[in-house]
Amino acid sequence: MIESIAGGNLVSLATLSQRAIVEVLDTAESFVEVNSRTVKKVPALKGKVIASLFFEESTRTRLSFETAAKRLSADVLSLAVASSSVKKGESLRDTINTIDALGIDAVVMRHSSSGAPVQVSRYVPHVRVINAGDGQHQHPTQGLLDAFTVRQVLAARAGTSGRESGSELFAGLNVLIVGDIRHSRVARSDIEVYTRLGAHVTVAAPGTLLPPDIVQWPVTVANNFDEALATADVVGLLRLQKERGSGAFVPSLGEFTSTFGLTSRRAKLLRPETIIMHPGPMNRGVEIDSQVADSSAAVIEQQVRNGVPIRMAVLYLTTAGATLESGPND
Amino acid sequence: MTNPTLVIRGGLIVGPLESFLGDVLIADGRIVEVGSKVTAPSGAIEIDAAGCWVGPGFVDLHTHLREPGKESAETIETGAFAAALGGYSAVVAMPNTEPSLDSVAMVGYVLERGKSAAVDVAVAGAITIGRQGEQMAPIAKLAALGVRLFTDDGNGVQDAGLMRRALTYAQPLGVTLAQHCEDESLAQGGTMNEGASSSRLGLTGRPAIAEELMVMRDIELVRLTGCSMHFLHLSTERSIALVLEARAQGLPVTCEVAPHHFTLDETACETFDPEFKVHPPLRTAADVAALRAALRAGAIDAVATDHAPHTPESKDMAFDEAPPGMLGLEQAAGLTLEALGGAEADPLAFFSVLSRGPARVAQLRAQDVRVGHSAHGGAISVGEDANLVIFDPNASYVVDRDTLASRARNTPYHGRTIHGRARATIVRGRLVQLEGNLQ
Repeated sequence: MIESIAGGNLVSLATLSQRAIVEVLDTAESFVEVNSRTVKKVPALKGKVIASLFFEESTRTRLSFETAAKRLSADVLSLAVASSSVKKGESLRDTINTIDALGIDAVVMRHSSSGAPVQVSRYVPHVRVINAGDGQHQHPTQGLLDAFTVRQVLAARAGTSGRESGSELFAGLNVLIVGDIRHSRVARSDIEVYTRLGAHVTVAAPGTLLPPDIVQWPVTVANNFDEALATADVVGLLRLQKERGSGAFVPSLGEFTSTFGLTSRRAKLLRPETIIMHPGPMNRGVEIDSQVADSSAAVIEQQVRNGVPIRMAVLYLTTAGATLESGPND
Repeated sequence: MTNPTLVIRGGLIVGPLESFLGDVLIADGRIVEVGSKVTAPSGAIEIDAAGCWVGPGFVDLHTHLREPGKESAETIETGAFAAALGGYSAVVAMPNTEPSLDSVAMVGYVLERGKSAAVDVAVAGAITIGRQGEQMAPIAKLAALGVRLFTDDGNGVQDAGLMRRALTYAQPLGVTLAQHCEDESLAQGGTMNEGASSSRLGLTGRPAIAEELMVMRDIELVRLTGCSMHFLHLSTERSIALVLEARAQGLPVTCEVAPHHFTLDETACETFDPEFKVHPPLRTAADVAALRAALRAGAIDAVATDHAPHTPESKDMAFDEAPPGMLGLEQAAGLTLEALGGAEADPLAFFSVLSRGPARVAQLRAQDVRVGHSAHGGAISVGEDANLVIFDPNASYVVDRDTLASRARNTPYHGRTIHGRARATIVRGRLVQLEGNLQ
């Protein structure tokens, strides 16, 4: 287990210890304040060059990372590789070597292939690699911002700060993750982060959308979705990824919605304090009804907002190579 | 015949029924004397084989030579060099070249090019045109040319009706159809074994059932048609059990296993290194153990390399974009020795799976002037074609990808210590490699 990502890479949450995770959450908390200033900028990464390398289309994650990098005063090289060299058949190694030759300190990368950031971390070991989502493998910053959001909500309710609570608020917490677990990198990262922090994770999905070896995962499979909703403290919905062929795994979207969608009818089964989450972009009317998504129980916008401080924390820890306590703070 | 006379001194001469210490004298491409302290004519090259096993040269049933079409990855010449270094005296070239070996012209081309190679090159023809699984290739014409094995390797023949017709057509020709067993409706899009690793890594799986279902289907088609069939690179415990059961029932089936399948398991893919991507995929540790047990039990006809060269640039792609396959020729014998128990292994069993078994499957036991190859996998006795390997079961070395004879570098064994090495390879009485140096 990695005890701290300071000075290292962030490619997966599977190898991060609870301590490393809490360190990111705590660091992010100190960056929340920066985002509420009139001048939303600190010089923590001044002079550092961060390449934003998206081999797969993304708007929100890319904007979130680039905003985070700019607020830390890093120079951002934004490269739309999806539409350039890869289409000409260039190898992953050649692409990253070319970008490395421009002189970069870190690369934030998204790729449609699982493991591509792991490969890149071998090709350019002197560059920090931050995974912004790879295939069906991991989406570490999404997992971290989800946990951060839950901690933020629970801490506010308990009248404490997230930082003071550490991982305490997750002990015994029931997290229910619903939908296409099989193809979801978000599910893989969420399950790692929640279980590491001490929560209990239950998954609910049609059999075809569960990974074939689900019994070996550190989760409970819900026998009855409605009953699982009634006991959940957090409900995390996943996007049904039609573009990844999930359509062939259920008879129809309508059938999926009627069996595993968080419809307004099902939302009534939830306790009032249950937190509803979605990593976006939502398929309104498929995995979640609009009324539910827009209800006060849903923290979907808060998740997006927290993306910036979490990514600031990740960039700061990995690329400045220091923690807030030890590092060259402003 | 200008090859110098060779004399191999003091090795353990292996099989086929028993082993004994002795010398072997080779002249004019044949074994001319076997015994203790044979007298060599002046000018003969003496090879000290003390501590080594002297047996029939290895035969690889499953070599991708890439020529024609992908000469940047391998050529017949370089593939044959790798074979010679590995102790092979003959290889069967797989037909998934570009274009495929599905016509008299293409098969003739490879056979002709193979005549000047360091080892004998036999050819497996395609079962279907372009290996597309739609229309039968000219199996009878190719059989008349001397082709004895047919396969669409890389692809399994998906259509059961077509496979039945191919077996029915091939049966009276005395040839063997070889199948790459993976049902694509189950394996399609998969990049590694389906299981705990694949699901944690977010890689789409190629499940064991994809292989086993086609093994089951083809066993029933063999039962129906009576045509002999060879199962390529079986990788699961259940696949092996199915074939052994069919063989016990008297069906004409044989099978091979590949060194990577009995040496490496699926966890190797956890590094996302495409060097470990191969079809069928690396399986579970339990499958690896089952394959090794089957080898030790003498239940496997052949170890075959599935030597599959790929250029560095193609392996520098993302895991799911990189092509499947890995090199194998130079390390196969050492890995086989390890699986059989190391230097304490039974040399008869060792030569059975690396030489005599595969030569029988490929029908290379006798000379065939049509295709221009000599006899392989025979006894070490007077009059036999001199296709021999001198194998040192106590030698060890560390694999360095940059010193391989292949044009490609995609070995999964870089940095691994291998125990057992072919000290010399003799093809048709000619010393083609000695101490790792091509002659």
